[in-house]
Amino acid sequence: MIEANLPLLVPLTFLISALVIPLIGLRVPGAAYPLALAAVLATIPIAGFGLYRVMDGGPVSYTLGGWEAPIGIEFVLDPLASFLTLLVTVVSCLVLIHARHVASVEHPDKQVPYYSLVLLLLAGFCGIMATGDLFNLYVFLEISSLAGYGLVAIGDKRSPVSAYRYLILGSVGTGFYLLGTGFIYVMSGSLNMADVARILPQILDQPAVLAGLILMVTGIGLKTALFPLHFWLPDAYSSASSVSSALLAPLGTKVGAYVLIRILFFVFDPAAVEQRVPITSVIAWLSAGGVLYGSLMALAQQEFKRMLAYSSVAQIGYIGLGLGMANPLGFTGAVLHILNHALMKAALFLVAGNLRVQLGHSNIAAMDHRLSRQMPWSMAALVVGALSMIGLPPTAGFFSKWYLVLGGIQGSYWVFVGVILLGGLLNAIYFFRVVERVYLPFRRGPSNQAAPNGGQEVVENREARFSMLAPTLVLAGALLALGLASSFLVNRVIHHMIPAGL
Amino acid sequence: MNDLSTYPSAVPLLAILVSAASVPLIGISARRPNLREFWTLLAAGAKFALVLSLLPSALANRVAETRLFEISRGIDLTLRADAFGVYFALIASGLWILTSIYSIGYVRGLKEKHQTRYFASFALCLSATLGVAFAANLLTFVIFFEVLTISTYPLVIHKQTPEAIAAGRKYLAFTLTAGVVLVAAMAAMAQLTGTLEFQPGGLRALQELSPVEVKILFGMFLAGVGVKAAIMPLHAWLPAAMAAPTPVSALLHAVAVVKSGVFGVVRVVGFLFGPETLSRFGLNEVMLWLAGSTILLASCLAFAEDNLKRRLAYSTVGHLSYVVLGAGLLSPSGLIGGVLHIANHATMKIVLFFCAGAIYVNAHKEKISELDGIGRAMPWTMGAFALASLGLAGVPPVNGFVSKWYLGLGALEGGSVAVVAILLISGLLNAGYFLPIVYRAFFKQSENFNSIGEASAWMVVPLILAACFSASMGLMPDLFFHFFTLAERIAAQILEASNP
Repeated sequence: MIEANLPLLVPLTFLISALVIPLIGLRVPGAAYPLALAAVLATIPIAGFGLYRVMDGGPVSYTLGGWEAPIGIEFVLDPLASFLTLLVTVVSCLVLIHARHVASVEHPDKQVPYYSLVLLLLAGFCGIMATGDLFNLYVFLEISSLAGYGLVAIGDKRSPVSAYRYLILGSVGTGFYLLGTGFIYVMSGSLNMADVARILPQILDQPAVLAGLILMVTGIGLKTALFPLHFWLPDAYSSASSVSSALLAPLGTKVGAYVLIRILFFVFDPAAVEQRVPITSVIAWLSAGGVLYGSLMALAQQEFKRMLAYSSVAQIGYIGLGLGMANPLGFTGAVLHILNHALMKAALFLVAGNLRVQLGHSNIAAMDHRLSRQMPWSMAALVVGALSMIGLPPTAGFFSKWYLVLGGIQGSYWVFVGVILLGGLLNAIYFFRVVERVYLPFRRGPSNQAAPNGGQEVVENREARFSMLAPTLVLAGALLALGLASSFLVNRVIHHMIPAGL
Repeated sequence: MNDLSTYPSAVPLLAILVSAASVPLIGISARRPNLREFWTLLAAGAKFALVLSLLPSALANRVAETRLFEISRGIDLTLRADAFGVYFALIASGLWILTSIYSIGYVRGLKEKHQTRYFASFALCLSATLGVAFAANLLTFVIFFEVLTISTYPLVIHKQTPEAIAAGRKYLAFTLTAGVVLVAAMAAMAQLTGTLEFQPGGLRALQELSPVEVKILFGMFLAGVGVKAAIMPLHAWLPAAMAAPTPVSALLHAVAVVKSGVFGVVRVVGFLFGPETLSRFGLNEVMLWLAGSTILLASCLAFAEDNLKRRLAYSTVGHLSYVVLGAGLLSPSGLIGGVLHIANHATMKIVLFFCAGAIYVNAHKEKISELDGIGRAMPWTMGAFALASLGLAGVPPVNGFVSKWYLGLGALEGGSVAVVAILLISGLLNAGYFLPIVYRAFFKQSENFNSIGEASAWMVVPLILAACFSASMGLMPDLFFHFFTLAERIAAQILEASNP
């Protein structure tokens, strides 16, 4: 019974709790947070069981209302979807634990709508992963997008403006996707992904089909912030509240990447498409541009969250590069980087949240070496996150780049290999800029050296409270552990995701 | 004779982990310096004992192996204590004991700040160094190589002066770039040959590649490990890194870090590419050119430095290339000489750095021109300095002579007279930039040092020990730990495997 319903359980749990929270929250505002946390906690075992079940016995499919596909709406849990669903639930759980105090400091009067929106966002995310229907995917995309606009709008003074920009551009993106779906529907007569995939080889020469694909990819590219469609992202992430950015930055763009994978590699056959329009090559080249552009822009930022936002543009570029290579190693690297980047970005955004709550700002120029003593654990998490972003072994970040480089060499994409490696060095520059400032007495050398008695100046402890620190450290620890476990993941999980066409 | 057999053993892993395990202990003992230093000494002693226990089996061509888990498809995180690994690990862990004792005297003598961070980073560095030594395949090697890069950084910037911070940036810029090149080379290797395992005599699969591929690949590898080996023009970080405290320069910039670089060069030459592939494509000629010019140029640059530590650094740059030269000769004696020089240079250069540190702690002098007459105030220190200087110039009976002799023999075996000339000229240049310091110290008069005496026993005893060690290794190269036999074994492994 449960097994048959697995695909729908996670999104449904989120959706129902998103509706229940305002109902109960109107009477008892304090219940909003426990309810949200309970919902997320409940989905982790379901998602975990889903992954186990899929790995064990193959994809699980569920038809809504008993209407068989392709007429009815089908929900399918395959390795890729179940893996990313688990990732979403785990990361959002850690972010929510962290959020309790942060949200009550940053926007105390908006708790009920806030947590309701968070769950709606997660319902959208998990629905996108679970659905096997192109139009249904659009519906969930809109659910998550609308919730996302709301979440971005709850932030500092500039956030309504960036939310409005995000809304306009996001709607353009989903609009493009919808238009593309329409093209495909008209040409193939079906919306079910598996069904469309069966029909497509016969009609792939029709210009309308290819136009539909390009429209869909453009629309999703906007949602994924694939360079050069990234321009909404830095504003949206840096002015949103710490909790919203910690949810949206690691997960939002990853869900976009998932849709890209689903459509490019599972609905369409990348090799057949490439003969007609060079869509994977275009994605790869644009992504390479994104890696360099995002890294260079990150160098120029003075605000930590804004720097992280530009760094996201670069890291999405890595994922795009792996997908654009269209070979198994590149694909493995891309999926591994989806996981790794979600974790490291979450860790770094939680650090940013700690800074905002404890110091009231996250301005790089205003940080100095006292911070390493005031918040030693948060800063240690920052260092681990930074090492992983740079891609130094044995952190997780090294291994995704390793597979990407292997993929690049396998396909003889020398330029991409160069870009991946150069991007790592640029990462090193902008992260060490922060690390240096936090740990070293900057431009103070001699006066500090003369401090009496070994000069242990007294600094107050301003470390974040346990509920904020624990998720941050768990994520940082995961970066170390996952680095060593990456081969296990690749062999046992990611290997089964590689689409047949590659 | 040369058949290698492996047996599973956890000792290599334990030898690596023992100092990493001391890091948290050092951290929680931050407020009790004596306990904290006890952990360091305990870890150093345990590490050395563990490595020493691997020596008999390495001499018997039985190789202890720790196979952990898969880290990339078909590649396990594997540690293998072969002769070369044990050789390097013995040097690094043995000298760590001396350096730890010396460090205690040094940092307390100067009342350095951040002593906990200092000892903790040191312990982590040694873990990484042994990882480099025992790595059985390239991926394992690179992982530890990068950990070494990062764990050395806090030591380079230890003084936290603007100069030290600038040196740290330079260090990271060089080593991280090299790391990236190494990763690219490794990925290309994995794709082209399908294996990353180190094999004595090199990988057969490489011989099936086109000349262009092999040449580019070798160039990338040489650049990747060459930064830590300070092959010119990739050496600029090393003199800058002298901003670090002297014990750091002594162990890391004369032994662990730079020797990881030349160790990497020999691994790449002997265990990845192999003599046959190299000589077929003329790549060893490139190494000889690079190493020869580095030896001569670095020696000339050393003359221009008045700062004692920076002069030592340029001398290190030159002597590291002796090892590269030995590897490039590809002849039995050349390889023995090159490998032996890893140990010999380590023991001599560590003496010189220890002396520089003792002078700095006691007399607060860093410049050579200010050292007139210091030999009378610190006779033991400067006596050891004189002995090690003579050794680096290649004067018997100090151990530097032995490795130079074998390098010279190797050059004659290969018929390259130019190399012999380089060795002779370099010996003279070494004498030229070291002996004036000794002359100043003992034969010039000054009133500067009337009030000071020898440094504390914590510092003098390790440096005298290291000096005695250098001298006795010159007289009997096989006396301690069978270094000579190990070097012979390593050369034989590399050469015989490629000419069955």
